[in-house]
Amino acid sequence: MSDTICWLIGSLITISIYLMLSTQLMRWLFGIVILSSTINLVILLAGRLSSTVPAFIPIGQSKPDQLVANPLPQALILTAIVIGFGLLAFSLILVRRVWRTFNTTNSDQIHYAEFQYLNVMEEEK
Amino acid sequence: MNWLPVLPFLICFLALIAISFSWSNILLQKIWHLLAATALFIAVNGLGYVVFHQGILVLQVGHYPAPYGISIVIDPLSAILLWMTGLINWCVSIYALADIHTRRQKLGFYPAYWVLLMGICGAFSTGDLFNLYVWFEVMLIASFTLLVLGNQKAQLDGTLKYVSLNLVATILMLLSIAMLYGMTGTLNMADLAQKLPMYPFSGMTTSIILLLALAFAIKAALFPLFFWLPAAYHTTNVTTVAIFAALLTKVGVYALIRLTILLLPNNHYILSLLLFSAGMTMLTGVLGAASQFHIRRLLSFHIISQIGYMVMGLAIYTPFALASAIFFMAHNMLAKTNLFLITGICSRIGHSSDIRKLGGFYQHFPVIAFLFFIPAFSLAGIPPSSGFWGKLLLLKAAFDTSHYFIAALSLFVSVLTLYSMTKIWSYIFWKETSSPDKITNLPLHVYYIYLLPIILLSLITLAMGFFPQFFFNYILQTTEQLFHPALYIQAVLGVQPG
Repeated sequence: MSDTICWLIGSLITISIYLMLSTQLMRWLFGIVILSSTINLVILLAGRLSSTVPAFIPIGQSKPDQLVANPLPQALILTAIVIGFGLLAFSLILVRRVWRTFNTTNSDQIHYAEFQYLNVMEEEK
Repeated sequence: MNWLPVLPFLICFLALIAISFSWSNILLQKIWHLLAATALFIAVNGLGYVVFHQGILVLQVGHYPAPYGISIVIDPLSAILLWMTGLINWCVSIYALADIHTRRQKLGFYPAYWVLLMGICGAFSTGDLFNLYVWFEVMLIASFTLLVLGNQKAQLDGTLKYVSLNLVATILMLLSIAMLYGMTGTLNMADLAQKLPMYPFSGMTTSIILLLALAFAIKAALFPLFFWLPAAYHTTNVTTVAIFAALLTKVGVYALIRLTILLLPNNHYILSLLLFSAGMTMLTGVLGAASQFHIRRLLSFHIISQIGYMVMGLAIYTPFALASAIFFMAHNMLAKTNLFLITGICSRIGHSSDIRKLGGFYQHFPVIAFLFFIPAFSLAGIPPSSGFWGKLLLLKAAFDTSHYFIAALSLFVSVLTLYSMTKIWSYIFWKETSSPDKITNLPLHVYYIYLLPIILLSLITLAMGFFPQFFFNYILQTTEQLFHPALYIQAVLGVQPG
């Protein structure tokens, strides 16, 4: 089971890095989406896949009857998902805004803040 | 007094709530803003006093015992950095009242500002790696918002680059934290410091530490990972860039210090790597600054260059060197913020950020010229300024451990820094202005609100220059304790480390 997930993580990270190297901002964004989801798998794997039984302790006992799943990675992943979702939503809006402003999503063509645009920037203000 | 460690970010959080509830009333927002900044400054002063007189403060959140729950820990290093945060935030907050355009205030500048502050205070006070990641993210989303607030073309471009590189950095950080958890089964920093030496130092450990160092190095803007900084910082307004310059990259350096002290055995080759990177950071930063004419972009390159000095102190890795690095960091936070604030006034009066178009300030505004003099020469390291002592201490640390090459390099970079400062001086202050009609005098009350924080920061810079021993003693005490983590471990876990 763990081996399969390791292979899955490896290939997903490969795909995401390939996407992130693209100059098209939408591809870059999808790369980030895949990468941040893959990291959640890494966290799950780091907590060891020993059992699928939820971590509940029966009433009146001080420890569970059988081997239960590690609840901590689940808490960490939940946090990471929420945070990742917020950041991705922001990035998506940013890319949309960039597209509306510059009429392109090719990052090679967007260098408005760089040196030669100093004078243009001044005039805009 | 148990809740004392959470006070800094609790104040930021309360400020955020209060300001958000008075969204439509800008005046009320300003009052809350100022009140919160004052409260934060008072709180960090009290916190510093308690930590230096009674020892490390620990709060176990929700009463979960230490390695299982989240620990909020204020040790002397955190206390010093929180104090710096409180002080600089107070000054920048006053400046913001005059500087931020009404349109940006209506877009929600103040709420975003306090989220940023909450993230920074949280990052300085947590004792848990995953919690550190969460605070980094809080800081990140707020900095995105502040950067893009106003929606100008240049801002969009800058934010795009900032977002893309910083997102990768936090993902890398999360990845390495996950792997660390997989290896040791704990994320509590004190517990890690205790457990990690039990594992053989294998390739696995090295790769985890390298990944984590990579993530923090992107945050701290180290060579060759700093490209997001000069692409983004100059596009936004002066207040935002001043608080970014003072605190954001320094949080990266702080995380790097914690990581190195906790996880890295001495004489490891990662330290040599850091030293190399520090040297290159200094050099490339200052060379980048030499060719710039946009005032905020020029100063942004200097942020990078100065980060090199701090990491140099860390990479030499003796208590004395680290203390020098922290002293330098404190000096740099003050001087750098002050420079941004002063040149901000110049841009506002002269209606330009291009130093070639500004001029005549020595003639028309001698007070501003004098105030510029203090942080500029402090940054360059002219005696008896605070920068001189910072660099002297770092040099001494380098010579003591026979790192001659980096010492020579840092001296060379100092000369180039001086060149940059002279360039600003001769362009903005000495040169006659080409268009005198463009200079507009500010209304007097706005002018005074601008000057007040600058004078405050200058006074503290001068105090650090004239009484370095007073500050350095506290810092040396801090680093001695950092290098003997037994006290920290005992305070957090409540047991004698075995």
